[in-house]
Amino acid sequence: MKCLVAGGNVKVLGKAVHSLSRIGDELYLEPLDDGLTLRTVNSSRSAYACFLLAPLFFHQYQAAAPGQDPLRCKILMKSFLSVFRSPAMLEKTVEKCCISLSASSCRLVVQLHCKYGVKKTHNLAFQDCESLQAIFDPAACPYVLRAPARVLAEAVLPFPPTLAEVTLGIGRGRRVILRSYQEEEADNPAKAMVTEMSVGEEDFQQLQAQEGTAITFCLKEFRGLLNFAEPANLSLSIHFDAPGRPAIFAITDSLLDGHFVLATLSEMDPHGQDPGCPELQRPVPQLQAHSTPLLDDFAGDDMDSYMIAMETTTLGSSREGPRVLPSRSPSPRAPSEDDEAESTVPGTPPPKKFRSLFFGSVLDPAHSPQGPSPVLAEDSEGEG
Amino acid sequence: MKFRAKIVDTACLNHFTRVSNMIAKLAKTCSLRISPDKLNFILSDKVASGGVSMWCELEQENFFSEFQMEGVSAENNEIYLELTSENLSRALKTAQNARTLKIKLTNKHFPCLTVSIELLSASNSSRIVTHDIPIKVIPRKLWRDLQEPTIPAAEVSIYLPLLKTMRSVVEKMKNISNHLIIEANLNGQLNLKIETELVCVTTHFKDLGNPPLDSSQNRDPEQMAEVHIDIRKLQQFLAGQQVNPTKAICNVSDKMVHFDLLHEDVSLQYFISALS
Repeated sequence: MKCLVAGGNVKVLGKAVHSLSRIGDELYLEPLDDGLTLRTVNSSRSAYACFLLAPLFFHQYQAAAPGQDPLRCKILMKSFLSVFRSPAMLEKTVEKCCISLSASSCRLVVQLHCKYGVKKTHNLAFQDCESLQAIFDPAACPYVLRAPARVLAEAVLPFPPTLAEVTLGIGRGRRVILRSYQEEEADNPAKAMVTEMSVGEEDFQQLQAQEGTAITFCLKEFRGLLNFAEPANLSLSIHFDAPGRPAIFAITDSLLDGHFVLATLSEMDPHGQDPGCPELQRPVPQLQAHSTPLLDDFAGDDMDSYMIAMETTTLGSSREGPRVLPSRSPSPRAPSEDDEAESTVPGTPPPKKFRSLFFGSVLDPAHSPQGPSPVLAEDSEGEG
Repeated sequence: MKFRAKIVDTACLNHFTRVSNMIAKLAKTCSLRISPDKLNFILSDKVASGGVSMWCELEQENFFSEFQMEGVSAENNEIYLELTSENLSRALKTAQNARTLKIKLTNKHFPCLTVSIELLSASNSSRIVTHDIPIKVIPRKLWRDLQEPTIPAAEVSIYLPLLKTMRSVVEKMKNISNHLIIEANLNGQLNLKIETELVCVTTHFKDLGNPPLDSSQNRDPEQMAEVHIDIRKLQQFLAGQQVNPTKAICNVSDKMVHFDLLHEDVSLQYFISALS
């Protein structure tokens, strides 16, 4: 693969990487015929993001060497981000950026051609990987909201930067409401301030949803896309469905498009949110990723990320509905400590209630998550 | 108990925001007393505040275009609430471009002070931000701890120098020692002093002027009154004064230091007890 980004697009590429870094720790690069895709997924598999940069985005774009299959790779987000650390500096000093990957080398080479003849070459280690794809279809979502990113950025301004989740819904008079979402914790009686922002229908380019529909998703992850879209003056569409089903946030222009797919809370708090929304009793099956390949992918991962994926999807408090848990594929590395793992890993943004997008297929591609009963496959030993 | 108030004037709104920012810097949790004419932000020294107490008072008609309150009862026509000061200042921060701001006491699942802001926006559309600040209603039996403090007799009363200057001096001194000595006399001289085994640093302020004080008759104008306090408390106080006040007086006695400030029409009394 070889592609050359020139001029102002270098900064755009940098900003896209910054957006993706809000979601996941690994960046999957895959050159396709219709452009270069940069994808990532978060550790609990509840958020997926993808930018597709069309061939026209590049000064030169070659998906693969002639006669060869396109190569794809997975690199540490931190490494790739370090190349584009300061978008402001990129704009001022970088004239061209060349990204290349060849079958023979074991490094992804990113070369920045800067002013005054300075050339910065970054050789980044990568891992071979399979294609990271989430199957989602915005057209299949019954509800759509579309507004200039600026309107949405202004709408989230009143919320504190540390707020994890927000509820978006349609209120009376077809006003779009954003409200801070707080998980009620029995052991923490100190209530937090609740902030609500109400925006009139006239600020939206498209509003196809009834009063009472609402979804709750991770605000921090959404801000990642908003920070990219707002300065670029793009419109942002939100395609969503019932609570529990993933919401798709999309931006598009002639040279690129971006999709952030975020899991939404599957049970609505009976106290808050919009009264019109039906309370779901059963969790709905989530998206399934492209089957088999991901299993191989994770066999190579270190234990920590495997455990995080497990912890954030185990049963929470007893008042939550039954959850589907992955069947654990027997692995020599699965110690019994997993069962005793502490609750949330500090700093993991998606809380326990969020369901994984890639569930069954990650660990057991043959089955898809169904039914209400928890499935926690014990390792071998049983009675008798 | 009822409380509803509205601000429509931008200057009043900005002033109220500045007051709440100052309170947020001075006290994490404070009490708010609502009476027909005034609003008071109170930090009582009965609470574990480490020997610091505060009484801030503003006349409601200087801020609100509408103000209605009904206290706990006809004889006790006041409301005392406890809230996290930062919540109020955060809520008001979003009122930068507001057309109107309304505050009212509500009970949405739990008692709140609801701040409702109608924003101006470029297009014709209206945007409304609502913040529900959780509060605790303070029962009447605790009201006596939250009354206006009696100003203790001071040995010396002096006008303060520019607070910004004091703040930078105190910040640097804090790195050397936590034990600060404030000295002042009736000749307009104020010293900030720290002493350690290795070093002794004193900053002298001169020609500050002294407000009239009754007990000053028999006192030698050169004689310094001194008080020993924890420097961090003074630093916190000075950090809350973003704008230089209209009037700033410091009253020194050996048991405490009392700061009497006036920010336009908002008065602030701040007391720091001496180190024992």
